[in-house]
Parts: sequence; C-alpha cells; structure tokens
Amino acid sequence: MPEPILQVRDLSVHFYTYAGIVKAIEKVSFDVYKGETFALVGETGCGKTVTSRALTQLIESPGRIVDGKVIYYSSKGPINLLELGEEDIREIRGNEIAYIFQDPHASLDPLYTVGYQIAEGMEVHQRIKNIKEGIKKAIEILRSVLIPDAEKRVQNYPHELSGGMKQRVVIGTSIANDPKILVADEPTTALDVTVQAQILDLINKLKERYHATVILITHNLGVVAETADRVGVMYAGKIVEIGSVGQIFKNPLHPYTKGLLKAVPNPMVKSERLEAIPGTVPNLITPPGGCRFHPRCPYATEICKQKAPELVEIEDGHFVACHLY
Amino acid sequence: MEKVLEVNHLKKYFPVKGLFFTKGYVKAVDDISFEIYKGETFGLVGESGCGKTTTGRAILRLIEPTSGNVIFKGKDVTELKGDALKQFRKEAQIMFQDPYSSLNPRQTVFEIIMEPVRFHGIHVDDPEEFVIKLLESVGLNEMHLYRYPHEFSGGQRQRIALARLLAVRPEFIVLDEPTSALDVSVQANILNMLKDLQKEFGFTYLFISHDLGVVKYMSHKMGVMYLGKLVEIGPAELIFENPLHPYAQFLLSAIPVPDPELAVELKARREKISGEPPSPINPPSGCRFHPRCPYAKDICRKEEPPLIEVEQDHHVACWLYSKA
Repeated sequence: MPEPILQVRDLSVHFYTYAGIVKAIEKVSFDVYKGETFALVGETGCGKTVTSRALTQLIESPGRIVDGKVIYYSSKGPINLLELGEEDIREIRGNEIAYIFQDPHASLDPLYTVGYQIAEGMEVHQRIKNIKEGIKKAIEILRSVLIPDAEKRVQNYPHELSGGMKQRVVIGTSIANDPKILVADEPTTALDVTVQAQILDLINKLKERYHATVILITHNLGVVAETADRVGVMYAGKIVEIGSVGQIFKNPLHPYTKGLLKAVPNPMVKSERLEAIPGTVPNLITPPGGCRFHPRCPYATEICKQKAPELVEIEDGHFVACHLY
Repeated sequence: MEKVLEVNHLKKYFPVKGLFFTKGYVKAVDDISFEIYKGETFGLVGESGCGKTTTGRAILRLIEPTSGNVIFKGKDVTELKGDALKQFRKEAQIMFQDPYSSLNPRQTVFEIIMEPVRFHGIHVDDPEEFVIKLLESVGLNEMHLYRYPHEFSGGQRQRIALARLLAVRPEFIVLDEPTSALDVSVQANILNMLKDLQKEFGFTYLFISHDLGVVKYMSHKMGVMYLGKLVEIGPAELIFENPLHPYAQFLLSAIPVPDPELAVELKARREKISGEPPSPINPPSGCRFHPRCPYAKDICRKEEPPLIEVEQDHHVACWLYSKA
C-alpha cells in the first residue's frame, strides 16, 4: 500500500464577488502518495489552480476556503494545513511545500539578481546564516537546474535570461529548501515545446534526486501522459475521475474524460474528424444542479439533473463520479 | 490544380533603432518561398519568434514586406494599389488568435458582421436575414444578433470572427493560431467547422500554429520554420512520418503525446537537443540551426543550405541531404 503524503478532504473554496458567490471548487477530495507525480487536469476555470493554492491557504480575498481538510503527513506526524495560523503555515509553505508558477516572467523580481532571489528564500527559512552564504549555495542550485556558467549567471538579473532559463531559476528557488512536495502549476505553458520537454525532464530528475512528490497542474493531456503517475480530472470545480495514467487514458470512465481525450488532436495518429464536446463550461455562480456535466453529457438521464454523483471506486484505485456506474 | 498563392523570396526585416543610427535588423522572415493550391490547407509551424505570424501578415500586406513578392491568382500583391488592393483585401482574409481583441466591444454582432459588407459595397437585400444565415453557418443563431462581444465566450467570439470574414466571401484565409486561446473541447468544434467550410466553399487556408497536433489534423501540406527560415516543406503526412531536418525531427519528438504508452517510447527516442532559439537580430551564420544541431559539420557553420527536393514534393534545407 503506498503511503499518502497529502490527503485532501471535501475542500471547498468560494469567491465572494459583486456578481455573486463563485463556487470555484466544491468538495474536492484526493490523496497524493509519497514519491509520485499526481496530475490535476482540466480546462480553464475548472478549479485546478485554486485547488493547488488552497493546499497552503494561498487564497486571497475575495476568495475564502469555506470547508475541508488538507492533511499533510510531515516528519513530525499528520497536520491539518488549513487549521494552521499565518506564522505556522509560512513555515510549511516554500519550505516543505514549494510552488512553481506558470509565468516565469512574473515569478521573479526584476530588481534583484537571480542569486539573491534564490538566497532570499533560504534565508527566510533559516537554512543559511546570511545572503552571502546563500549566493554561494545558489551557484550549486543553478548547476543542479542545468544552467550553464552558473558562477556568472548567479549575478544576472531576470531580464538577461530567456524564458526557459527563467523557469529554471524559478525551479531553483523552489527546490532551494529541499521541499517534500513540489506543486508545479502549468510550469511549461508559457514556454515553447522544445523548451517544455527540457523543463519537464528537469522536474522529473529533481523529483528523483530529492525524493520529492510532485503535484502537477496542467491542461495539456500530452504532458500528463508523459509525466504523471496518477491523474485527477476536474470539471467545473469538482473532481470527476481519479486513476492511474494507464486507467485514465486506456479506460476513461467519465463521459467528460472520454470527450476530452477524443477532442485532443494526437500528432502521431491520423484522424479525419475530432469529436467535440458540445456546449461550453458552465458559469460557477449558478452551476447546473445535479451532476455539473449533465447539460453537455450525451448520456444524461433524469437523475443526473437532480443528484450530484459521489466518487466511487470502480476498479483498484480508479474512482469516478458518474451515475452511469 | 490551380495555384492560389505563390510566395517568392519573401523577406521582412524590422530595424532595431539605436540612439542615432539603426543598430541592426531583426530578420523576422528571411527569404522564404512556398505555394498553396486551391482548396488546400498549408500549415506553418514553428516556435514563438520564428516568424510565422509575420509571414502571414506580410502576405496580406498588413505589414509591408521588405522584399520578395506574393502572387495571388496571377497578380503580384506587393504592387497592388487603390481599387485592386481593396479587391484583394476582400478576397484574402485573416482570422486572429485573440478573440477578445479582434471584435469591437461597442458594436453588436450585427454591426460587426455588416461592417466589412458595407465597406466593400456588397449588396444584400435583407441585411438581417443575411447575418442570421451567416450566424447559423457557424453554429450561432438569431438570438445572438443584437448582443455585444462581452456577452460571449471565447469560442463563440471566434465563431463571430469567422462569420464576419465569411460575409465577404473570401477565397483565401490566413488562420493565425485561431484556437490557441481556446480550451480543447471548444477547439475541436472550431477546427471541425473550419474543415467543413473548406469543403463547402473550397477555401484555401494558410494555417499558422505552434501546436503540431492541430497542424497535422488541419493541413495537407506544411512548412517548418526556424528563425525566419523555412527549413522543411512537404505534404503534412510525409513530414510527420519521416521528418528530415534535424530541427523538424527534434520538434516532432518534443511534443507530449496524449497516450502514455507511446509517450514512454517517444521519450526514449527524444533527440537530446539543448538550448533555445537564438535571437533573430544576429542569427548564427550558415545554417541557423547549427549551434543546437547534433550533426553540425564545418560547412553548416559557413554556408547556408539550399532548399532541395529529397523525395517528391518533400523539400529540406540541410547539408546532410545535399551533395555540396
């Protein structure tokens, strides 16, 4: 039995806007096991980023975590991250659970050298005595994220680096404190495919080297197939299916997962026609009742309109929330 | 087959201004040639900054090419003036990437679609009915007639943009990343619609994209661009089956495929090419790919490789395939 490192239970986040309450995520539950890469996939606005940020209370007003538990199995035993105060969560965030965000241009401060920015994170978490020592360490870190000429690069400002290099620096800042969990939120979306392959490769290598666990947030099913061990598929603020990569891609159960897989053009396979999912993603202020996918689902029946389906285990480790099963 | 468009030695250089003098040029598009036949889709792929969008715009003269010419139905587009240019602007249309900035927020859908019709002086008996028909052909309906762009989703806005260009009955359409801003489930709808319209009206497309899966799905022929140069041209199927240029091989092996078993196989085969495309201001001498190419020889550093035909219709610009 694999050992869980993170257990998310009934996590709900709402945003209180003028237009109404946006139920960004509703009762999201999943486990992440030690040493694996767990991917959360879904389309724009499905709540994957909100989920990843809520793990360490990184939700800003007008958003609020309204319900749920996030149990983190630290070396000192299990902690509910959502019960921690501001000071305590900061001990965890960036230290034991670190983030890599989508846009490397926005993640770095243009006024400081990259060496300083890597050192700063280590100083905050008291890994080093002073910035000077940190900059020395930053050189090693830049080497480990495969930046050539690390001794010179450490004095560079972000504008002197290319997009791919910046993302390597961002990855450097997040691994500097030797985190247990790395949350990568669309780490390659802002990059070109050839650079994307290099960055994914790097994240994988670092994961092995530091025995870390990776939570990968992405909309790209190709990236998921290539890097993840297990996958959670999200739709309109809910998890609709969880399973191993093999289960999800070879035997998708939820109609949304099936539709999504058929809608992506596969460059290696010749296809005459893509199957599109009719309609668009619903508005989360007034989401459809029952199963949130029912207005777009070809198999929808009466019960789908009335009752929201629960996640049930169909085969070993393969969960789906759908009334068909 | 009838040739609709012929691009000959097209160049577009952007000056880089210093304090007093021009410091140099960004060679965004540097001497590229290709042709597109009637009813075909020509896919142009490459990474950001390789010049694919500039190519599309220079062909339509939305920016003036530095040199070279573009022959559209037997006429040189680069020399058109006045009414002839206006006529060309009607026959050749463009669909942009971002549906949020390509529609006027102060106009209703009806006004948006009628504007080019009025501009080109096309006579329609019943404008309302005309627009409703167009909306229906892109999967919208009369309910949407007097709404404003902000009331629509990204996919619906792309449909409105499509209806607007259909209104002037063009022959040739540049599709500049038309689905890059959309989600996959919506993207499939738009791509299918573009294919159907092509079959119905015999449109000729120049399809610009960085997504190889989409290009493969849409294109009959394709060209791979790297730093302002076309490095490989040929039937899309041939290029996907048997890419010749090391960059094309690298690009194809780098795409993550939505199939876990295939992904393992591809990953093992993935070419180990490092680095990122260099700046197009001072591109590398000789073959522009040589600093990243694992097969680079002496000649690659010195001389630019010519585009040669390796098998029927399949051209590549690489010294590995030239006898020189």
